[in-house]
Amino acid sequence: MAHSATHAQGQQHPIKLYLMVWAWLFILSACSYFVDYFQLQGLLRYSLIILFMLLKAGLIVAVFMHMAWERLSLVYAILVPISAVLVFVAIMVLESDYTLLSRIAFFGPGP
Amino acid sequence: MAEQVLTELRTTHAEATGLRSIATDFSSDRQAFRNVSWGKAMMWIFLLSDTFVFSCFLISYMTARMSTTVPWPNPSEVFALTIAGRSLPLILIAIMTFVLISSSGTMAMAVNFGYRRDRKKTAALMLVTALLGATFVGMQAFEWTKLIHEGVRPWGNPWGAAQFGSSFFMITGFHGTHVSIGVLFLLVIARKVWRGDYDHERRGFFTSRKGRYESVEIMGLYWHFVDLVWVFIFAFFYLW
Repeated sequence: MAHSATHAQGQQHPIKLYLMVWAWLFILSACSYFVDYFQLQGLLRYSLIILFMLLKAGLIVAVFMHMAWERLSLVYAILVPISAVLVFVAIMVLESDYTLLSRIAFFGPGP
Repeated sequence: MAEQVLTELRTTHAEATGLRSIATDFSSDRQAFRNVSWGKAMMWIFLLSDTFVFSCFLISYMTARMSTTVPWPNPSEVFALTIAGRSLPLILIAIMTFVLISSSGTMAMAVNFGYRRDRKKTAALMLVTALLGATFVGMQAFEWTKLIHEGVRPWGNPWGAAQFGSSFFMITGFHGTHVSIGVLFLLVIARKVWRGDYDHERRGFFTSRKGRYESVEIMGLYWHFVDLVWVFIFAFFYLW
């Protein structure tokens, strides 16, 4: 366990790594801005937004927050509960579809 | 003899990898997060709970936006600014994103210099981080002022679905509050670094615990989290 040995004196990584991640975050942010600037639409727009978002979030959590070098039990204790959010999203997607349908059916313009 | 058994136990713990290491950590009948200080573990658990808070905001925004029969205002046009006679979509939000990412970069460097016990560089980088954070809050205040002047209210706006205003003020307001608290937190820790608290292990005023440079990393976790939340807000609220 080489990383637990370094962990004793705290996280020590070369400055270059942080500068690289910083540069990548800039590039990815610029990319997501250009998605809007060039008015990409439809599935392409949504998939690019999600892709750049996840890449940025992954870089921040893994390198800046040092999650990549943390003990696996901490990583799982923090990341696994977040999957509950995805379940919540799925529930609310179904719920809002239902709400929209009933709004159209009951409050929409008459036949 | 007993000592030998203990060291043997320790080596078997250290050797476990993958899922098995999680099982041994949690079943070890003692501190589950080995090599992780309580301060860091608690900050992570706080951040997990904060993740749920922001998730609930974003999910309620999603529900409002998906279930409304009125068209949603186009954020690209709402947040456009006219600079030198040219209308640029989302330009202020893009600048805010770059400012916050830069502050995250300087914070990561501050943590790094902290562990190298470079007191002055750590404090200076933390002050730069705080300054960038304050710039972000300032630009957000400008954005709020602009939108309020244009007639955006939590109960309505001139362009479409009424829920736009309430979602906007709720989500960005909470995020801005987090940034503001982070700036204060940064200034407090930067002062301690500058004074040499972590070099001399000076005891904290509130906790009476010895000062360690790990406090800078824990502060960094909070700051990076604020940046992380912005990544999601930027994607879902401004770009979607």
